[in-house]
Amino acid sequence: MEIPVMVGAGLVVIGVGLGIGRIGGSAMDAIARQPESYGKIQTAMLIAAALIEGIGFAALFAVS
Amino acid sequence: MQRKLSFKASLLFIFLIPFLSMAGGDTPKTDKKSEIKAYIQHHLQDSYDFSLFSYTTEDGSHKYIGAPLPVILWDNGLVVFASSKFHYGETLAEVDGNFYKLYHNKIYKTDALGTINYDDHQHPTNLKPLDLSITKGVVMILITALLMFFLFRGLARSYAQNKGIATGIGRFFEPIVLYIRDDIAIPNIGQKKHMRYMPFLLTVFFFVWFLNIFGLTPLGVNVTGNIAVTTALAIMTFLITNFTGTKDYWKHIFDPLGDSMPWYGKVPLYIILIPIEVLGVFIKPFSLLIRLYANMQAGHIVLMSLIGLMFIFKSWLGSPLSFGLAFAISLIEILVALLQAYIFTMLSALYFGFASEEHDHHDEAHAH
Repeated sequence: MEIPVMVGAGLVVIGVGLGIGRIGGSAMDAIARQPESYGKIQTAMLIAAALIEGIGFAALFAVS
Repeated sequence: MQRKLSFKASLLFIFLIPFLSMAGGDTPKTDKKSEIKAYIQHHLQDSYDFSLFSYTTEDGSHKYIGAPLPVILWDNGLVVFASSKFHYGETLAEVDGNFYKLYHNKIYKTDALGTINYDDHQHPTNLKPLDLSITKGVVMILITALLMFFLFRGLARSYAQNKGIATGIGRFFEPIVLYIRDDIAIPNIGQKKHMRYMPFLLTVFFFVWFLNIFGLTPLGVNVTGNIAVTTALAIMTFLITNFTGTKDYWKHIFDPLGDSMPWYGKVPLYIILIPIEVLGVFIKPFSLLIRLYANMQAGHIVLMSLIGLMFIFKSWLGSPLSFGLAFAISLIEILVALLQAYIFTMLSALYFGFASEEHDHHDEAHAH
């Protein structure tokens, strides 16, 4: 596999990690502020994380 | 007490099977790393035999433990034979004067010597008969289907007998079913129409969940990590979404701005907008299928690689390390198995919600 493709995939995975981390962190903040809407926040967090995760997998498949 | 102990011992043995199978195939010719790689590749693929593990005997011959499965081909007529004829790819299968060879996990028609012809790109040019075989994955799908059928029919009957009160295993499944109805279907699809979609949502949730869990057992199946299976599931979501789509759903795709703008304002925007919206219709199920496939595939690769570490380290340090890591990843995989089933159901419900809503609040329609 060519090196640029691998580096690119690595960059994508870094971006995905940052993105999911931010979603998780923001969800934590939101839950801390409004513990009563825990369920709704968690659902929205999971959906957003899953959507971003798809891009990460797409990058991994470009490499493999 | 004695029975309990022997049960635990047999359970331990069952969980050791994948480790035993890794310990097999010990040939000094190739190096360990590529051997482990090949083993993982082999595990990820579907196979024509229900093989549990294999090992090499003292005299160098391979022993396989497992059961053969029927191979069904359409080659100018139905050809049916047991996959034991291939001897795990080591020999040709001869049926009525035709020869079939298992090459890179695909069946090709060959001459009596089993010659495979290649084109310029090293792809075989041999004839490939239409393959309808009952493979390992198909067996697992059938087992899961039967399990679900008897489980949930039994539950329905017990509910009828006990006047709607859950008993036995129903106490475990009732909260899950209710969760899918109250927290997935109703918020996304709406009170009015959710019952239309509940059968599909429940079926797909339990199907994906059970198959994910089966993938973690030492049976060594990888059904939801097979792109054909997830594609079939995503196509179902796609068809249901588009066939139950309301007028508003289609209007949102082909006329998203509605009456908010005169037609000469809409034309330049629609040149970009409509292709994006139409692409979105296909990207939604595509992302569903890639997500489930890639998650399960990645989980299996990580787990197998960690077990493979043991054979790369070759020291007393390797075994506890790889066992500990594999154990931790297994626990995470149990969570991922549930999470992926949940995400698949959740996103399907979300797409059904887009398709079935009849709205006049256009600002919300653009939120996705």
